[in-house]
Amino acid sequence: MYPKDYRYTKEHEWVKVDGSNGTIGITDYAQHELGDVVFVEMPKVGTQLKPRQSFGTIESVKAVSEIFSPVSGEVTETNPALADSPELINKDPHAAAWLIKVKLADPKEAAGLMDAAAYEAYIAAQAKEHSA
Amino acid sequence: MFRRNNEKSSVTTPATAEVRKTALNSIHRQLGAKMVNFGGWDMPLEYSGILAEHEAVRTRAGLFDVSHMGEIEIRGPGALGLVQLVTCNNAANLAVGQAHYSGLMTSRGTFVDDLLVHKISDTHYLLCVNAGNQDHDFEHIVEHNKFDAKAENAGPRYSQLAIQGPRAKDILQRLTPAPLDSIHYYHFSFGKVSGIDCLIARTGYTGEDGFEIYFAPEHSERLWSDLMHAGQPAGMIPCGLGARNTLRLEAGMCLYGHEIDDTTTPWEAGLGWICKMEKAPFLGSDVLALQKKDGLTRKLIGFEMLDKRIGRDGYPVLINGQEAGRVTSGGPAPFLKKNIGMAYVPPKSTAVGTDISIGIRGQSEAARIVALPFYKRPQ
Repeated sequence: MYPKDYRYTKEHEWVKVDGSNGTIGITDYAQHELGDVVFVEMPKVGTQLKPRQSFGTIESVKAVSEIFSPVSGEVTETNPALADSPELINKDPHAAAWLIKVKLADPKEAAGLMDAAAYEAYIAAQAKEHSA
Repeated sequence: MFRRNNEKSSVTTPATAEVRKTALNSIHRQLGAKMVNFGGWDMPLEYSGILAEHEAVRTRAGLFDVSHMGEIEIRGPGALGLVQLVTCNNAANLAVGQAHYSGLMTSRGTFVDDLLVHKISDTHYLLCVNAGNQDHDFEHIVEHNKFDAKAENAGPRYSQLAIQGPRAKDILQRLTPAPLDSIHYYHFSFGKVSGIDCLIARTGYTGEDGFEIYFAPEHSERLWSDLMHAGQPAGMIPCGLGARNTLRLEAGMCLYGHEIDDTTTPWEAGLGWICKMEKAPFLGSDVLALQKKDGLTRKLIGFEMLDKRIGRDGYPVLINGQEAGRVTSGGPAPFLKKNIGMAYVPPKSTAVGTDISIGIRGQSEAARIVALPFYKRPQ
């Protein structure tokens, strides 16, 4: 379910590092919690991001949520498909519905985030707390 | 995405006091519903998704467990007198087998709750009230009961299912000998559904044709499953409170705690049609008469956003750059494919077509006042 080569945040974003480039999205857990996504607000290309900085919002039918950057870097691209098809986030959050691409300030920074196994344990613990 | 204790997030865990469960709780969980605490009840928020459920109700049918809703029964020779004192609509106009929408009033002419009043006989009324208000409503009614009447907090004796949508009648008809065509809008009759005794009311909270059926809780699982079997071939799906909210908002209906509460009057909420001054006195009627004479300081309007951002509950309404009110309910209207909302604004700014703004995360977003309801079903 959660790609092994991605890194994950406690706020349920993922980052895929490819050399000095990073791709950022939200996790399947996050899309499920949000429910049907109806609108995504993206940052401008060129925006400088720091870890845990809010870079956009996702509106679902029920609520609006901020999206936080997992890493430092500069926004180089935003996913054009999401403007007309925000529901892609519900269908394919780990691939087609990537949100932004960034030029990483420090390609090693993401190593400090959770790997897939740690993230899966983290959401399992949250789900348990949720149903308790 | 989600931060702990971030109230914008939908992941906050509400579990605090003892949560109440309807007789269908385990069915909802088996169906994989996302559950939510609503008015102290553990209720399904959504099954397949709010958009899909909303669309099913507008175009086919949806089945809702609304057993959290409260029932209060008033019986006795003084039943009508009591109902007339505490509610603002004129229950003397109801025929046996007829229901109407009304308000349970404070002595200040504001809403203790909104409710449906069903006239079962000259000496017997069934009130359907909001889940979270049930106990308070009951106490309020008892407090004002100076009549030869007995009020019963009957919630635990009833489950309630809502079958809503253009195909609701045909689906329900497969399970009942009651001639549904002869139950007109806002009327009800007693009959068997799947062999189970029900009060079958042609009412709803979605803006579509449909029925709300009341029955003893022990039959809940069987009725649910028989209705699902009858409805599935016609495209009926189970629907949660998420779709119930988007449907009622699109239909311009008030929700207690949002458009109406114990600070708002029927005039302000655009509910003058349920406030019958000719039957006065009733609780708050003197205040309401004065307010009608002196004029209002605010009035409920509907708006639609002109761009893609969504004006949500609690966001400020700006007129000429000044805060003029707050959004009471706001969100996507899935069938209309617009972002809509309701809000209170000063009476001079309520004309349809008026340009307003909604303050969204520190920015002013263009919106326009539109007529209510946003959606009206084709007749």
